[in-house]
Amino acid sequence: MADTTPDPDVTDIRSDAPRRIRRHSTRRRWVKTLTPWLFISPFIIIFCVFTAFPLMFSAYLSFQEWNPVAGLASMEYVGLDNYRLAMDDPWLWKSLYNTTWLALVSGIPQHLIAIPVAYLLVMAVRSGIRQVYTATFFVPFITSTVAISLIFYTIYSGNSGILNQWLVAISKWPVFSWFLGWVEEAMPIRWLNSSDLIKPSIAFVVIWKYTGFNIVIYSAGFLTVSKDLYDAAKVDGCNAWQQFWNIALPMIRPFAFFAITLTIIGNLQMFEEPYVLTEGNSGGVGQSGLTASYYLYLVGWEWLEMGAAAAISWVLFLFIAIVTAVHFYFNGKKGLGGDR
Amino acid sequence: MKHTFKTGLLATAVTAVIAALPATAQEIRVDGFPPFDTHFDKQVPLFNANAPDIAVTYQMNSHGDHHKLLTTNLATQSGAGDVVIVDVSFIGAFINEGGFVNLSDEAYGAEEFQDGFVSYAWSQGQGADGNQYGIPIDIGPGVMYYRRDVLDSVGGDIDAVINDWDAYIEYGRELKEQGVYLIADAGDVARILVRTTLEDGEGLFFDAEGNSLVTSDRFVNAFTLAKQIRDEGLDGQIGAWTGEWYDGFKNGTVATQLSGAWLLGHMQNWMAPDTAGLWGASDLPGGIYGSWGGSFLAIPAQSENPEAAWEFIKYLTTEEGPQIDSLRDLGAFPVLTSTYSDPAFDEPIDFLAGQQARQLFAEVAQQVPAITPMEGDLIAEDVVMNGALAEVLNDGKDIMEALQDAERLLLRRVR
Repeated sequence: MADTTPDPDVTDIRSDAPRRIRRHSTRRRWVKTLTPWLFISPFIIIFCVFTAFPLMFSAYLSFQEWNPVAGLASMEYVGLDNYRLAMDDPWLWKSLYNTTWLALVSGIPQHLIAIPVAYLLVMAVRSGIRQVYTATFFVPFITSTVAISLIFYTIYSGNSGILNQWLVAISKWPVFSWFLGWVEEAMPIRWLNSSDLIKPSIAFVVIWKYTGFNIVIYSAGFLTVSKDLYDAAKVDGCNAWQQFWNIALPMIRPFAFFAITLTIIGNLQMFEEPYVLTEGNSGGVGQSGLTASYYLYLVGWEWLEMGAAAAISWVLFLFIAIVTAVHFYFNGKKGLGGDR
Repeated sequence: MKHTFKTGLLATAVTAVIAALPATAQEIRVDGFPPFDTHFDKQVPLFNANAPDIAVTYQMNSHGDHHKLLTTNLATQSGAGDVVIVDVSFIGAFINEGGFVNLSDEAYGAEEFQDGFVSYAWSQGQGADGNQYGIPIDIGPGVMYYRRDVLDSVGGDIDAVINDWDAYIEYGRELKEQGVYLIADAGDVARILVRTTLEDGEGLFFDAEGNSLVTSDRFVNAFTLAKQIRDEGLDGQIGAWTGEWYDGFKNGTVATQLSGAWLLGHMQNWMAPDTAGLWGASDLPGGIYGSWGGSFLAIPAQSENPEAAWEFIKYLTTEEGPQIDSLRDLGAFPVLTSTYSDPAFDEPIDFLAGQQARQLFAEVAQQVPAITPMEGDLIAEDVVMNGALAEVLNDGKDIMEALQDAERLLLRRVR
């Protein structure tokens, strides 16, 4: 950059008119520069107030000890204490274990079910009917999680829940009685009140809710695969299975990558399903349903330790970031279509 | 607290009634949770008869949401009502943090009313500095509700059943043969037992110096008894405020329920109105006295009209009229001992087969030990009474081990 101080000589010889023009054009340039900012300002303002500020505030908070009830002024700087406390907090480790368990057990089946279902929908069902099916599968996804969880809570209920009633009824059918004979003995099965059963019960609700969403993504994926490829494969003698395995599946890799990324992030933040199914009761028996998000909520809002909760949230962030990074490292290149 | 959760999810009732009053009037807002709105619907006009220049509005949220909102309001020092209702389980965590007006200050002079109140409730509203921050508005004397028809079916006698805990468990064994549960959740036995046999000035989980009491005999005995009931299969393992729980009340599949006196209001109004006349109330088994729930009124320091707020609090808590109304309308038990001689206490209660149960509640109320609220109560409640107790009852974890684990967790947190 050159020296920006105005040269007195130059200024002197300028007549009034060009100066006015220059001023005018300066304003115009400013207007031109500012206009796009003005248009995107609603987003920027909302982003700053609801995302950037809370983010920074929580980072700041994680180095403080703060009981919110005592007001903002009561914050006390404690350095890394909250993180140190988090590192050897048995409930945090338990909750991270639960989170991982639930992420895997509720995540993998979603995709294992959604991919074949989507493939069948695309290949074997007429477009109009396919849309009806897809929409139906999608309904659980757009239904309130709390409402769904409350209904499952009733279904799982030990003495009066429909699940147990069904199991008993089925166990009396001729063939089923062979391997469901134990059911009546075991009744009432307390799906949400024994530490072994809480997690599978939660996982089932999550699978039920989100599989439809993945079916929609995978359907869109399979639709992008050109018919020519299948025809060419058929000419080369591929059977139906080979068409699916060698043609369709590799072609939807970007969609799978996208869907899996969403599942990883979503499942690691799981909160509502376990919270409702364990009645908000500190994670259920043996904290078996306590996920990391649930725990940080507990620490912050029930135990009123906002600083500790903020530190846990950053530990959770780090955890999600690492898992996602690993996923990107192994699947990202192909998944993002980088090899094409 | 579970109650909290359910109502919180199902509905958030926000009610505001603004009385039309002159523009010069002072305005105050009360923040609370249902069913206090029903109480205020009736009491605000009565209050205004003597204090026409104070306009009272109120904002009701579910029990759980209300306390979350209050936490946020206190954190940001804005947005709280001029009077707030605080449940007893939150009072320990809230009261010592400087967010409320000191009502012992001579501008308010709360102490002058002290003698009129049930003493244990009054002392729970005191901060660690000995000053009064919360004024009790209702209390929950602990009693046992029992099904009379179920008791008759085994030819039992209530006085014998509650004589001691062995007799209570023996009653459960008889019921088991009939396919009836003694109690919905054995955990309730532990919950009420830890609330009794305290020394005055002790907290539920901590002594006056803040040392943990979690591994003391009080907890071990309470957990042992609950575990015995669970292991013998005498309880239904049914959590409170769930569909199954209500079914138990309706169908007579559960014979007894230990609870605060206030449960009566819920039972007769919506939980099991068709079972009127089938119920009775008694002392808790084993001659213990404990309390279950209760609420306080406090003035947030951020209030701009603390004097008007104090007038309204005084009206609700220190005058007999509204106290007796809340007993009649909500089943909320009065904190003013002078009301206990009111004719309302002699009224037979149809739901309890004509029993004069309020006299029983009043007797219990005056014998409840004073539990000092402590800052770590909320954490301890979760870690000990939800966490450790569930592990002992449902997973068969050793009692001492569970309590020691809980204590370690607790001591890490409560610094």
